[in-house]
Amino acid sequence: MEEAAVKSYEQINERIAAGKAVVLTAEEVSDYVEKKGLENAVSEIDVVTTATFGPMCSSGCFLNFGHTTPKIRMTEAWIDDVSAYAGIAAVDLYLGATQIQRGDPANLYFPGEFRYGGGHVIERLVAGRELELLARSYATDDYPAREVRGKFSIRDLNQAVMVNPRNCYQNYNVAINCSEKTIYTYLGVLKPKMRNLAYCSAGQLSPLLNDPFYETIGIGTSIWLAGARGHVYAEGTQHGSLAERDANGVPMEGAGTLALTADMKKMRAEYVRGVSLKGYGVSLALGVGVPIPIINSQVLRRTTVRDREITAPVIDYSYDYPEKTGRIITRLSYEEMKSGKAMVEGNSVETCSVSSYAKAREIAEILKSEIVSGDFLLSKPTDSLPREKKVSPLKVTPDVRR
Amino acid sequence: MERRKLLLSFEKEAAEKAIVCELVRRFDLGINIFRAKITPEERGYMVLDVTGESDALRSGMAFLRSQNVEVDTSAKGVCWNESLCTHCTSCVNHCPTRALHVSDRGEMRMSFDSNECVECLACIKVCPFGACSSMF
Ligand code: SF4
Ligand code: SF4
Repeated sequence: MEEAAVKSYEQINERIAAGKAVVLTAEEVSDYVEKKGLENAVSEIDVVTTATFGPMCSSGCFLNFGHTTPKIRMTEAWIDDVSAYAGIAAVDLYLGATQIQRGDPANLYFPGEFRYGGGHVIERLVAGRELELLARSYATDDYPAREVRGKFSIRDLNQAVMVNPRNCYQNYNVAINCSEKTIYTYLGVLKPKMRNLAYCSAGQLSPLLNDPFYETIGIGTSIWLAGARGHVYAEGTQHGSLAERDANGVPMEGAGTLALTADMKKMRAEYVRGVSLKGYGVSLALGVGVPIPIINSQVLRRTTVRDREITAPVIDYSYDYPEKTGRIITRLSYEEMKSGKAMVEGNSVETCSVSSYAKAREIAEILKSEIVSGDFLLSKPTDSLPREKKVSPLKVTPDVRR
Repeated sequence: MERRKLLLSFEKEAAEKAIVCELVRRFDLGINIFRAKITPEERGYMVLDVTGESDALRSGMAFLRSQNVEVDTSAKGVCWNESLCTHCTSCVNHCPTRALHVSDRGEMRMSFDSNECVECLACIKVCPFGACSSMF
């Protein structure tokens, strides 16, 4: 699989810095290579930009508030009535995207609306809006204050660091509902009797579908995270590179993931959006752009993957998903799903998505223009992502009951 | 024949008159009511489709106005806020009339055709990004 480098990272960066880099989006590159031929194209193209925009529940942020007078050692805290984890240092909090607001009836009156939660707080923070902090403490000799309450914005924080332990899922399930009643899932509202289906991937634009063997995307890769310059800090949680793959090595299911981080103070709110999933909960949708340096022809060839060549498994979220039966109804290509209708068991089923291809396209273009103008240099990974990793189920039985 | 989508708003007094009935009887108009509501502030709203000859439509609207009913033809009972929409397409399977639809399958961008909207409010419930809202 390894191939001699045609270009080094240093050479590509020199071309970027000189304003001479040739950059294409993962959508544009397919036609370009088809027209020019792989060998001609590899000497011309320096970078291919990939992107995705979709809900990523595994998101959150670390916030440092600075000290009050007298000092407090926060032991419980809420931002806009959304609980933040205070079991860190005195004035540090962790706010998770899926935390629901205090007083939200959740699914008590099913299906719940989940209008506001962690993801929305994060969106408002990035937008520079005012939020309300309430922090409590049991008080100590060195941190005597028992309560802090007041308004703040991101400008008042010393640090606001986004962390996504799991983002950029290489591929993903397609959800369908075989039952007799409507179900409410993290992939949206699914009508009974397979009357619609929902997918969640940018397909041919998606970062890890363009680098299926993690040849250029690794730990230390510089990325565009909602407008800020960030990086891949580890393999993502549930990274499962040993997934089933097609003849080209493209995973046919979940597979690899990335752990990402960036400075929230530099983010743009339109790419950091709170999500309300009816009957399910709150989340956060994030825009991510990942550059792929064209270091050799095989790396380039893999970026030419098209929606019609990428398939995803259709799974019944009313039974097989919750019960973990492993049954796959069929596999569909992203091309077919993006057409608006797809064939499942002989029926034409309406399709929709929860991730946004339109936003992913926008981001791939923005990253492309940042690289072309010399503002975004690439970084060589310091470590590779594991290629042979399996995701294991929880084995703490005996008694996990509803 | 012409079809017009109207948003009527009125004070409580007008709500007590059979205005819709009059539209049918006096002006020979076909009516399809999408939704109607009287708010706790006692203001009434109604969204309806009116079909008939152009002259009759005009006279019908003049009649409504003479009854102190505000008539709005800009179809804004349900709003789609394009700047909040992420074009995720999560709503498209739930919109019964395709008022919300993917208008460009290459770019996967959404459009909203407010004249096709029957104000079922399904999109408001399913949109994860709060891009759809109701005026009342
Ligand atoms: S209110 Fe109903 S008809 Fe109108 S856009 Fe929303 S889903 Fe479509
Ligand atoms: S569900 Fe909301 S955000 Fe998504 S396409 Fe429809 S209106 Fe836009």
